[in-house]
Amino acid sequence: MRNILPVLTVLAVIVVIWQLAVAPMNIRVALDQAERGGAEIVPEGSVPRRDMSVWRLMLDNSENVAAGYALERPRLPTPAQVGAELWKTTGAMIERGRAWSKRSLIYHGWITLQSTLWGFFLGTAIGIIGAVAIVYSRTAELSLMPWAIISQTVPIVALAPMIIVLSGQLGVDGRGVPKAIISAYLCFFPVLVGMVKGLRAPLPAQLDLLRTYSADGLQTFLRLRLPASVPYLFTSLKIGIAAALVGTIVGELPTGAVEGLGARILIGDQFGTPLAIWSALFAAAILAGVLVTLLDLAQRVTLRRMGMAA
Amino acid sequence: MASSVIAAKVLDLTFQTNDGPVHALKGVSLDIAQGDFVSFIGPSGCGKTTFLRCMADLEQPTGGTITVNGGTPEAARKARAYGYVFQAAGLYPWRTIGRNVSLPLEIMGYSKAEQAERVARVLELVELSGFEKKFPWQLSGGMQQRASIARALAFDADILLMDEPFGALDEIVRDHLNEQLLSLWDRTGKTIAFVTHSIPEAVYLSTKIVVMSPRPGRITDVIESTLPRERPLDIRESPEFLEIAHRVRDGLRAGHAYD
Repeated sequence: MRNILPVLTVLAVIVVIWQLAVAPMNIRVALDQAERGGAEIVPEGSVPRRDMSVWRLMLDNSENVAAGYALERPRLPTPAQVGAELWKTTGAMIERGRAWSKRSLIYHGWITLQSTLWGFFLGTAIGIIGAVAIVYSRTAELSLMPWAIISQTVPIVALAPMIIVLSGQLGVDGRGVPKAIISAYLCFFPVLVGMVKGLRAPLPAQLDLLRTYSADGLQTFLRLRLPASVPYLFTSLKIGIAAALVGTIVGELPTGAVEGLGARILIGDQFGTPLAIWSALFAAAILAGVLVTLLDLAQRVTLRRMGMAA
Repeated sequence: MASSVIAAKVLDLTFQTNDGPVHALKGVSLDIAQGDFVSFIGPSGCGKTTFLRCMADLEQPTGGTITVNGGTPEAARKARAYGYVFQAAGLYPWRTIGRNVSLPLEIMGYSKAEQAERVARVLELVELSGFEKKFPWQLSGGMQQRASIARALAFDADILLMDEPFGALDEIVRDHLNEQLLSLWDRTGKTIAFVTHSIPEAVYLSTKIVVMSPRPGRITDVIESTLPRERPLDIRESPEFLEIAHRVRDGLRAGHAYD
């Protein structure tokens, strides 16, 4: 836990910058609202204010800057507002026994988490199988690798609606399956690349050693290539699970989705409730953080048991 | 010679590289008898490691013949007729010392009980008893190299092929390991082929010293040692020892192209 201090320091800096940015970001909305409330604003009317810089507006109307920190629909909510909204849609819901309400981010987070995990397992399986094929077969390397790279150049936001429509055509109910496929699509690549590298990590001398024992291919795989690839695998899995979460959220964005953190972001946008967007965004970030941390923990425990602790 | 364990006849090995062919071995002929301790010495690129790798079926000669135990090197490898010790210890970091030593035994299908018994025995042989549960990084370089020798001894092959096993170790550790290796050879009667850079090491250990020279890799001298089997470390001060060392040095010098 020796990295807790640097992490908190960076976090504090971000919060400070964010807090400072709220004033210029919200000044126009705050002035419009104050004017409607009968306050005197320089200049009068929102139209002439549109062409003025936010800094000028803040200077001329310094008594109204603070109002930007308490707007109901701010351009940029304050950290405290986002925190309060997050608490309202998570902890407070649990306290009232309504954790599984459709207004609760725990419910939506759980929907997203499920697809993420399915996509993660599917993507990891595809990545590992593909890597084994590539390492053991020259043909597979020449044919699979370029496609794996090309697959990642296609924008996932363009592909996601197609996967959803196609899976609907095939009679798949709900969003779960297409979301998991989109998620796996992003997740498999880092696992594939990492595992190819890991399975090729053994040195020529280590392979020669097994040859002098006239070990067969399976023994070489199980006793040398696989264990040698474990550190690479975990590194890939950490990238993979973050990619899987992004994939799931992208899969929740196309119109029609009502569940999941991605849908919350979209709905927040459509209904003009920035707090909902921001809290869903932070819920997604926290979820990603937890997942990556869990994998990091699993990595430490595994490597220590294998005697390869760093 | 019927008693030859390893016999090479006008062995050639040419690597095709982008800069043209490299003659790693050219016309190499040598007989190694049962129980011999043969050292290969020569500057870098003289083909001593390549020759060893040919015996181990890790490299395929492009001309001539080589037999191990009367058959092909491939047959010998498949019969697990030799143990090979590499320049680097090459222990698997995810295995304890005990499990590293039992690696060949697992692959060759020894029973669990037999594995445990053999691991204990060879670790004792290299004076590493009690380190079974340690991981490689917890051991010094010299101990790791001893563990790798134990690994090569575990399945009790009659031939031991060693490629500069002590090259990376300091002088004192090297002396100690040389002493241990000699006594091991004396007790077990194995045939040992040993690649080295060091003249004193070659003279101290060997019954036969093969001097090689590069471009093309070839044998320039084969010296039968007149030293007794029993060799305390201070034999290295004896006139006999110095005389052999002198001949090895001359052989190396003659074959050395200063280019």
